[in-house]
Amino acid sequence: MVVRYRKKDFVGFLYILPWLIGFLIFRLYPFIMSFYYSFSDYTMLKPPRYVGLYNFIYMFTKDELFPKALLNTIKYVIITVPLKISFALFVAIILNMKLRGINLFRTVYYLPSIFGGSVVISILWRFLFMKEGIVNKFLSLFGIEGINWLGDPRIAMFSVSLLAVWQFGSSMVLFLARLKEIPSELYEAALVDGASRLKMFTKITLPMISPIMFFNLVMQTINAFQEFTGPYIITGGGPVNSTYLLSMLIYDNAFKYFRMGYAAALSWVQFVIILIFTAFIFRSSTYWTYYEYDEGRF
Amino acid sequence: MYSQNRKAKNTISLLLTYAFLILFGIFMIYPLLWVVSAAFKSNDEIFTSLSLIPRKIVTDSFIKGWQGTGQYTFGRFFVNTIIITVPVVLFTIISSTLVAYGFARFNFPLKKLFFSIVVATLMLPDSVNLIPRYILFNFFGWMDSYKPFIIPSMFASSPFFIFMMVQFMRGLPKEMEEAAIIDGCNSLQILIRITAPLCKSAMISIGIFQFIWTWNDFFGPLIFINSVEKYTIALGLRMCVDSAAAIAWNQIMAMTVIAMLPCIIIFFAAQKYFVEGIATSGIKG
Repeated sequence: MVVRYRKKDFVGFLYILPWLIGFLIFRLYPFIMSFYYSFSDYTMLKPPRYVGLYNFIYMFTKDELFPKALLNTIKYVIITVPLKISFALFVAIILNMKLRGINLFRTVYYLPSIFGGSVVISILWRFLFMKEGIVNKFLSLFGIEGINWLGDPRIAMFSVSLLAVWQFGSSMVLFLARLKEIPSELYEAALVDGASRLKMFTKITLPMISPIMFFNLVMQTINAFQEFTGPYIITGGGPVNSTYLLSMLIYDNAFKYFRMGYAAALSWVQFVIILIFTAFIFRSSTYWTYYEYDEGRF
Repeated sequence: MYSQNRKAKNTISLLLTYAFLILFGIFMIYPLLWVVSAAFKSNDEIFTSLSLIPRKIVTDSFIKGWQGTGQYTFGRFFVNTIIITVPVVLFTIISSTLVAYGFARFNFPLKKLFFSIVVATLMLPDSVNLIPRYILFNFFGWMDSYKPFIIPSMFASSPFFIFMMVQFMRGLPKEMEEAAIIDGCNSLQILIRITAPLCKSAMISIGIFQFIWTWNDFFGPLIFINSVEKYTIALGLRMCVDSAAAIAWNQIMAMTVIAMLPCIIIFFAAQKYFVEGIATSGIKG
């Protein structure tokens, strides 16, 4: 079918032109060049020199930091994403009960999230989790003394991850908006049928919020894989590289050693890993997400 | 008897729920309150008690902290951050609205493809573009200036905002616009006189999010700005924490509080736009 456009429709093109130019210059061109640089040796002093697969071979066989950073990053994602989403959902469900003063609680729970991965909040985290910091001070009330939250390589990653978990606000708001849309008749009918609370949660609430769950999972995973500021400010990647993430490896190679080709190769590997993870979530989602319009209407 | 039992049970569960909400709320908010109180505490007191009320209120932490590392004061970093943030916010609002108007109200060739690119860039990780973008900006001669932040914002560089605005505009009634066409208004007049005023709340949402992101941005300034003279607050704070004077904890806390203040004020002043903004676009955070 040939779609006929009226003359005035082309005006629309003018309105989106800024985006199109921006997309071509600031996204598409860099995307292509990034691929090209990843096969080259480029220090910005001389033009890029084609080196074939050398960067990738070096990455997987010689760079000792790469496997470490990759593993740490996956660890960071696996700790933060499920914890953050569970907290968000749990709190959203409680806030969805019709209680007084809910708005105040929502505000309080959301407040930490407005700072995102900023320097201010990372500095705060550093002071809270220092050996002589406030967290240990609090624990000493219960007789637990001197945990080296940021200095012990076995737990540093966990302490750093908690910062991201603390900021579950926007996932929570999304869940809450969805929960409010679930028709109460569903629960009433279930009550009449004598369903237990657990049953109602697994058979009504979870399927109804599954599209939001899916969205949160994808966005949080993508963001967590690219995390930089928090760990960079809190621990600087230490102790003994136990919180050193892929994003820091890319940063160090690009802006400390000016190995742009290698950094581009690293960023492509990061990109592909994120794609694999999101593809996995997309694939699996067909089994656990429920869309209302699947039934009847189509 | 049965109903009485049940009532008692309900009261208990209600009390438990509130107890949880309050305890959890304290746990959530305590760190933020703690920074504020620490800014007013003396250095020997900061880590000795959990109390939020300083034994002796100190204010010279703000005065000394403001002086920064000597050469440049925090006033300078503050002004620099404003010089970046204000144009970025304004340009983002304007460019996102224009582009969203194009997508929401016109039917031009390749529109579907372009819009699916917007949605795709919403999902695709951006860090893969980092290196070439840096090289490109370097080639443009934008290093150590605020151009890497301001110029892309003129080109609706944030797909989140385009998406959010398109969603919003699609929800608006078209009758007034159709009436305006009959009255002989052109599309730009319609946008300025009718559509844009109706989109005010979405524009405010965009402005707030962009403000907070730009204000708190660390990675951008870290790679694009070299001279201390042009540092933003985020860079200034990092410098203070890393410098030898880091024993002056209350000064760092004081400057952290100052850096947080604009975001907190905006959050409380415009809370409803936050919730609307997140709910319509699922913005990250």
